[in-house]
Amino acid sequence: MTTPDGQDELEAQYAQWRHYVQRRRELQRSDAEELEDHLRGSVDELVAVGLRADEAFLVAVKRMGSLDDLSREFAREHSERLWKQLVLTGETDSAVADTRSRRDLLAMVICAAGAAASIKVPELFGMGFGEDAGGFYATNFSLFSLPWLAAFLTWRRRARPALIGVLVALFALGVVAANVYQLAADSQSVVLTALHLPIALWFVVGLAYVADDLRSSRRRMDFIRFTGEWFVYFVLIALGGGVLIAFMFGTFEAIGISPDVFISHWLLPCGFVASVVVAGWLVEAKQGVVENIAPVLTRLFTPLFTAVLLAFLVAFGWTGAGIDVEREALILFNLLLVVVLGLLLYSISARDPLARPGLFDKLQFALVVSALAIDVLVLLEITGRITEYGTTPNKAAALGENIILLANLAGSAWLLLGFIRKHMPFAALERWQTGYLPVYAAWAWVVVLVFPPLFSYL
Amino acid sequence: MRVAKDLVAASATPMVLGILAEGDSYGYAILRRINELSGGELDWTEGLLYPLLHRLERLGYVESSWQSVTGERRRKYYRITNKGLAELAEHRRQWDTVVDALKEIWLGPGDFGEAREPNIKHFRPLTAIPLGGQA
Repeated sequence: MTTPDGQDELEAQYAQWRHYVQRRRELQRSDAEELEDHLRGSVDELVAVGLRADEAFLVAVKRMGSLDDLSREFAREHSERLWKQLVLTGETDSAVADTRSRRDLLAMVICAAGAAASIKVPELFGMGFGEDAGGFYATNFSLFSLPWLAAFLTWRRRARPALIGVLVALFALGVVAANVYQLAADSQSVVLTALHLPIALWFVVGLAYVADDLRSSRRRMDFIRFTGEWFVYFVLIALGGGVLIAFMFGTFEAIGISPDVFISHWLLPCGFVASVVVAGWLVEAKQGVVENIAPVLTRLFTPLFTAVLLAFLVAFGWTGAGIDVEREALILFNLLLVVVLGLLLYSISARDPLARPGLFDKLQFALVVSALAIDVLVLLEITGRITEYGTTPNKAAALGENIILLANLAGSAWLLLGFIRKHMPFAALERWQTGYLPVYAAWAWVVVLVFPPLFSYL
Repeated sequence: MRVAKDLVAASATPMVLGILAEGDSYGYAILRRINELSGGELDWTEGLLYPLLHRLERLGYVESSWQSVTGERRRKYYRITNKGLAELAEHRRQWDTVVDALKEIWLGPGDFGEAREPNIKHFRPLTAIPLGGQA
């Protein structure tokens, strides 16, 4: 009964059993090993009293009781395992994952340190903070952080040399856009470049993120998820950094040392660019470990935003007063569209594409349509203004963005309606959103590269 | 006769600590020893034993080490610590109190005549784990 054949079969059964056990979150690898030893002991004993190997295995497994019961008992002792922990280094269950996460950590530290060091390099050439280099740092800030994040992702994805070449070229283009035009520090174009270059470069990071499959809609959706989670982590790190700075300031003041210069010239800029990389690494490391938070926030705020927008529309119709469209108002409504788009995107990102349309989809439809209605009112007002007074870079940029967002939301509303009425699959909406990403990137590059000469460096 | 679940649970810690006080052991052997000691009447499951061992380890009553047995197989051995021995003594004191009290009641005045044999050795072969009617 211990022929090699029977033994092989038995080993295969053990392997299968181990596989089942390891799928339980409550049971770790060491537990599985301990239980397997138990099972083997039990099988050996049954074989010794005369059972065939496969019979012995069946009996031994049966005797151990159902895995459900077993894991419930384990969960009572190890309740912490039900909270998914983000293990940063070591102590993961398998050795392979262990070395991988350690190497990731090392690469991240190198990239973050590189980012922190690079932002201090211009100082060597007389571009210190606080002097009249404000314009330089405003436009170049993203160039000290995002290339490092892209480098980390490229390293992690083992990107092809051709793609690396493209990334380098695009970042070089970013350097050109930020520095070639001689813009006055107080010009509108400086502000526009400072706002749009990070967006353009973020999509370059996206290129590094989807490295292996540029056209895949799924990978692009992953990048959208990555962006949302990155943002959440970045904000959390920034909050922690704020607390650190507050304590540093308070404690050093108390002993008569003013850490002003250190904080504003070193800690803030270096911490900022480094945390861009750290946040990216965190998202990569925790993928699948922790529940994504952006979709949860979406669920919470979609009904609230819908209510506010509908209330606004009602109030607008009731009072009959016009919208006061100053520049700030246009930016405000742009941001509103961005938020609505974000709410839409992150609920798409978390949705099961095969699920049937439900109440939440209808709610979302209401949100998108009310945002559209408001925006059309604003647009009518603003185009009137522009034809009357002529345009500036700011107005043109804001208007262009408004139109891009409007087109996206109009398309989304159409597809969402089709989905709710069961004409179209949900995937159509997903493809529409992921297919739209290059439009944002292209617009950001246009603002950065074409606007300054177009508006004679105003 | 099967011992009630609550009683099994209550006696689990002193039982395991007591077995480990006899010498280092591992999960399967501990379970077999319990079976042997109780004549198969204590209904212990793996779901009771392993989490208990892990808890005792967390509390510092036992410590564990992986030792390799035949081939690539590794086995987790448990050893009782001094803290565990102290805990065992404490448990023993409490159990003695309970057992003495129960004896006092059951073998109280008037019952002395029929002193039962307290230690009926259930002799069972090593394979005493019941097969649940499937053998």
